Amino acid sequence: MNRHTIAIAQINPVLGDLKRNLALHEKTAEEAIGRGAGLLVFPELSLTGYFLKDIVSSVALPITSPILGRLRDLSRRIDLVVGLVEESPDSLLYNAALYLSKGEIQHVHRKVYLPTYGIFDEQRYLAEGGRIRTFRAGVGRSAILICEDMWHPSTACVASLDGMEILISPSASPGRGGLEEGQSFANARAWETINRAYAQLFTCYVLYANRVGYEDGACFWGGSEVIAPSGELVAKAEYLNEQILVTEIDPGEVRRARTINPLLRDERLDVTLRELERIKREGVR
Amino acid sequence: MIDLSLNCEFVQQILTGFIVNEVRKAGFSRIVVGLSGGVDSALSAYLGAKALGAENVWALLMPYRTSSPESREHAELVVKQLRIQSDVIEITPMVDAYFERFPESDQVRRGNKMARERMTILFDHSARLKALVLGTSNKTELLLGYGTLYGDMASAINPLGDLYKTQVRQLARHMAIPEVIVEKAPSGDLWAGQTDEAELGFTYEEVDRILYLMVDRRYDIPDLIAAGFDERFVRAVLAKVQASQYKRRPPLIAKISARTIDRDFRYPRDWGK
Repeated sequence: MNRHTIAIAQINPVLGDLKRNLALHEKTAEEAIGRGAGLLVFPELSLTGYFLKDIVSSVALPITSPILGRLRDLSRRIDLVVGLVEESPDSLLYNAALYLSKGEIQHVHRKVYLPTYGIFDEQRYLAEGGRIRTFRAGVGRSAILICEDMWHPSTACVASLDGMEILISPSASPGRGGLEEGQSFANARAWETINRAYAQLFTCYVLYANRVGYEDGACFWGGSEVIAPSGELVAKAEYLNEQILVTEIDPGEVRRARTINPLLRDERLDVTLRELERIKREGVR
Repeated sequence: MIDLSLNCEFVQQILTGFIVNEVRKAGFSRIVVGLSGGVDSALSAYLGAKALGAENVWALLMPYRTSSPESREHAELVVKQLRIQSDVIEITPMVDAYFERFPESDQVRRGNKMARERMTILFDHSARLKALVLGTSNKTELLLGYGTLYGDMASAINPLGDLYKTQVRQLARHMAIPEVIVEKAPSGDLWAGQTDEAELGFTYEEVDRILYLMVDRRYDIPDLIAAGFDERFVRAVLAKVQASQYKRRPPLIAKISARTIDRDFRYPRDWGK
């Protein structure tokens, strides 16, 4: 099978300024195209910035927006994963990521798990997504899980059973704690564990795109990475600095990993469903 | 385990990045910082100079007539080491003029007035120099309320507010701040021989361990006692944290309208930046 050159845009968007962020997306895409990438993954809320609070309604875009039209045009030259606040026809606001390819929006993922604890306040401002679906992308059958979605293994499990070969995870993770103990933030180390575990458990590639920069004193730590289905690190961006990470992935690795570790083959969907039904019937917890 | 040691190189990188980012977002390129001769303001100045370059840091030394000559020497040492610009502004005339009318004032009122006098000078210079005021309060002081509201607690951005005092010392050593400044007993320098630890009744080493477990690790009082801390000490620390909560929040606004600032009108400070 053909190898694919992919890129991860570890960028620093401007909080609440769509125009400047669109220009940043276009500039980044030009560089990724120049470096031979066929897919470019941006972080969570890459068009808007993360800690939006009440700005959220003024940066929300309907799927038909001309701004997205510009990105659709760009996607004739490179596939894009872009983060935005999506406004539905009934005026609900979602933390969403789009997969754009060949001039079309191929897939929309609305963040299912909205963290509302610690420094996070998403449920105050956003509506919850209710779907986890894979879709056909140039690099293989893919799923998008946005940031906190990744902290709930059921999402990745569902996507895996739905055919996921490539797990695309756009994120805006502010560094928290742990500088007493290591070379990075505690939550960065946790993320790196999750990415490796999912790659290995679901025998898929993990494309993790985290942003950098500061918003109201919070520091996004970067460290974007690509993990192979074996759990091996393919490529890693620096901590804290902007970077366009370009690397190759080989869909043959998914096949090889599944031959060595036929975990997906051995999944017992009937047992899972039966037990989940029971738990639902008897009451969760 | 209670380990307050820091990965200093990484923390330094984060804090200098914070200063560069937040100063520029606010539309500035310079900072002004009040140097007391102590380790906190020295560390802020070092981080500021590292982040923005020495030419973009202004230090103000603002002694009162009872301030110790040693404080002045140490502040001048920082200025010399960093090669930053500086000025000395005595606050004695303005503070004494005020207290001529209130001769009965105690040390707390006098100390607060001095801290606020310095604050008004720093903010005046921030306008004069088109510079942001860089904060110097650490997490221990902020949690204990051991600072003057709208005095030394006032600033535009504060790189130290999430570092405990013991961590400030570590980072200060890492950044090669002269050992005489790092090792000396912390003091508000309000009267001869005053030290923070004598006034508080415990050492920063001790209290940082409790605060770290209480705040960062979410230990309750029974957890802290089980971890081997003296119950009276734990309760005294918690009482200080509670009593000073008002100092860490913006002023309360009486809620009347449909959308009240900071209650249901909530925008990030970095809005559009």
